[in-house]
Amino acid sequence: MAVEAHESVHRHEPPKGFIRKYIFSLDHKVIGIQYILLALIAVVVGMAMSLLMRLNLSWPGTSWPVLETLFPGGAPGGVMNPEFYLSLVTMHGTMMVFFVLTTAPQGGFGNYFLPIQIGAEDMAFPFLNMMSFWVTFVGFVVLLSAIFFSGAESTIGPIGGWTGYAPLSALGQIAGPGQGMGMNLWVISIAIFCVGSLLGALNFITTLLNMRTRGMSLMRMPLTCWAWFTTAVLALLSFPVLLGGGILLLLDRVAHTSFFIPAGLYVSGVLSGTQESFPLHTGGSPILWQHLFWFFGHPEVYIAILPGMGATSHILSTFARKPVFGYRAMVFAIFAIGLLGFFVWGHHMFISGMSPYSAMTFSILTLSIGVPSAVKTFNWLGTLWGGKIRFTTPMLFALGFVSLFVAGGITGLVLGQTSLDLPMHDTYFVLAHFHLVMGVASIFGMFAATYFWFPKMFGRFMNEPLGKIHFWITFVGVYCIFVPMHTMGMVGMPRRFAQFTEYEFLKTLHPLVMFVSIAAIITILAQLLFYANLVWSLFRGRRAEDNPWEATTLEWTTATPPPHDNFAGLLPTVYRGPYEFAVPGAPNDYVMQTEPGSEVTSGDGHEGHRH
Amino acid sequence: MATRVTDTKVGRKEGTRIGGGPRFPGPNGKGPSGNGKGGEHDERGRRFSPATYRITMWVVLAAVVMMFAALSSAYIILSSGGQSRPVAMPRMFFLSTGVILLSSLSFEKAKRSLKQGAQIKYLRWIWLTLLLGLAFLAAQLTGWRELAAEGVYFASHPHSSFFYFFTGVHGVHLIGGILGLFYLILRLKRRKELLVSERTITAAEVVALYWHAMDGLWLWLFLLLLVWK
Repeated sequence: MAVEAHESVHRHEPPKGFIRKYIFSLDHKVIGIQYILLALIAVVVGMAMSLLMRLNLSWPGTSWPVLETLFPGGAPGGVMNPEFYLSLVTMHGTMMVFFVLTTAPQGGFGNYFLPIQIGAEDMAFPFLNMMSFWVTFVGFVVLLSAIFFSGAESTIGPIGGWTGYAPLSALGQIAGPGQGMGMNLWVISIAIFCVGSLLGALNFITTLLNMRTRGMSLMRMPLTCWAWFTTAVLALLSFPVLLGGGILLLLDRVAHTSFFIPAGLYVSGVLSGTQESFPLHTGGSPILWQHLFWFFGHPEVYIAILPGMGATSHILSTFARKPVFGYRAMVFAIFAIGLLGFFVWGHHMFISGMSPYSAMTFSILTLSIGVPSAVKTFNWLGTLWGGKIRFTTPMLFALGFVSLFVAGGITGLVLGQTSLDLPMHDTYFVLAHFHLVMGVASIFGMFAATYFWFPKMFGRFMNEPLGKIHFWITFVGVYCIFVPMHTMGMVGMPRRFAQFTEYEFLKTLHPLVMFVSIAAIITILAQLLFYANLVWSLFRGRRAEDNPWEATTLEWTTATPPPHDNFAGLLPTVYRGPYEFAVPGAPNDYVMQTEPGSEVTSGDGHEGHRH
Repeated sequence: MATRVTDTKVGRKEGTRIGGGPRFPGPNGKGPSGNGKGGEHDERGRRFSPATYRITMWVVLAAVVMMFAALSSAYIILSSGGQSRPVAMPRMFFLSTGVILLSSLSFEKAKRSLKQGAQIKYLRWIWLTLLLGLAFLAAQLTGWRELAAEGVYFASHPHSSFFYFFTGVHGVHLIGGILGLFYLILRLKRRKELLVSERTITAAEVVALYWHAMDGLWLWLFLLLLVWK
């Protein structure tokens, strides 16, 4: 071609030194892998904490000598005390939400694949990209330290949950063990994380808007890119609010201001202003913290799940060998979910004493998120309909994502209604709902992404039989864990209780509690298969060529693994939409985006079939 | 093959493109409205593109505005409670407001000189802007002393806290702008360009955008503290 003849090839070689290449790397691919590794470590810590919680719920009062060694203050004699259990709740939630569900989908896979999928050599600001990872890493270390540096009683972390509700989170040591230095470190860690995420979001938005290669119009982007972009916008607009709130909280704690602390507070037998450990406070509002927190908190759940939705759309289309059904509708649904996500934070606060009128407004807005969510679900089903489905491991996980998203989303319609939320609030029903939809569904999206892109990232396939075993145990396991929790919630089992043996009306539920714990232990053990598969495949996996899945988007046009500058100096030109599968008359059942010639289906996946 | 449903709207009008790309991409494959313009200037992606920096600054400002929107609503909520004890606006803050407005004007003068190619004039205006910025910060600190002299301290009550907090957080952001001004001065001294390059103009414009935003932000905070008690 004439154009290519003019093109001089400018290759960018990777830096030679180990530190510049793998530690403080400017390469978005290395940074992406660093984020994924961070998430892989954080998720083990988070899972270990959930395991400890399950052990305590099922076999309360049992002595686990190893716990005493690790946490002398939290488990004297090897028996967990309730405060230690609460600090596990806090740390598990914070670790999972921030350092797993926000890092792996966006910072990890987004960082690695967004520039390649839009045909760019790197992110717009590689240095900021590096900073965003290392800032996040510092946040991780600070969070871990919160459990070990909490003052006199030691080894009990903050006990206020990942939401850190004021005023008890704003008071300091007087509010309970772990609420002193541990809570300070918790707030600081969140603030650091906010900064890291903002740097990342900045980079994503600029890169996507300004660095697309020739021909890559917005409506020719893969849905993954749309999802990462929307996620970045959500992060950009919600993290500053949490950062602002976090600074106010920290000031209440260390500078004795009263942003969140009302007058006349009486805590742990002490009246505000009568002791030096509890100075006089006046005029603050604890509800204000809830508003600031949930204004961030609700978009945060979409930050966690949107990349999973993008990956699922991408993978379903690839393995059903069909264009994504209703590409445009998918794009608008992503936007609608992101936009509505900013106006529903009140549904976390129905029992905070808000006016019934605002509760109704929040309720209606919440339920209306069901519309774009249903659009996405039906389009996924439409994509599968009549396709020649290849049941590979990534496909199974993508199908699992759809299943879990529906199962977890349906209960959102229950909790979104004020009258139903009032009795359900702070029960296991809520726990089951958000674990299914925000936790497990997002993680399934990431599993799908890992199995799907691993061949491109490392040049080897992950082991398929092992992957399928991993899928089935995990898929059945998570349903066994979380479906019974709905029942527990409806019976009235409250969240965040260290044990239930003292409550007459909950005693009949103990077999169910045991069942959930055993399912959780099996599911956690199954994750070892995934880790083993990762390590084994890295060295021994079947070799993969450049386009092993016969997919269409730009990441499959370049070498495997991609060179330092992604396309070896020759940026691709895009001629068509991202999902041209099963095009009538085409020699293969897929047409790459870089293939010149007339567009058989347009960029938005329409017109595949003409009458 | 024949009956494969791809969408409900099968018979869409031919030739229309949602993303704006042409039906058959031209030799450079570029859409008419500049979509996917990674290769607009050159075949290589890493060329200087002023849009990158402008977009980024707008995105940064979006984040800053969100934070101050959250803090402002916090202020409004806490001030509407019955326990609010309004604080009189220190006189220094009126002065600082004037100073920062002037600094924005002088930045605009600087930008104009740069575009005319008058680099020495540009540098002088930038220095003036920088001095006005520092004067603003000094006025803010004096305002704090004024408040403290009246017995209004940071932790006295939420309203007084916000006086210190808003000025403090805004001050930190303004220091970012001052660093930006230093950068502009240094890059001009280092380069000694005969002709003003596109990069220099972009740098000045992006820092100016930030500076004006900080100016507007202070105006908003000032009016908020003055009017809403």
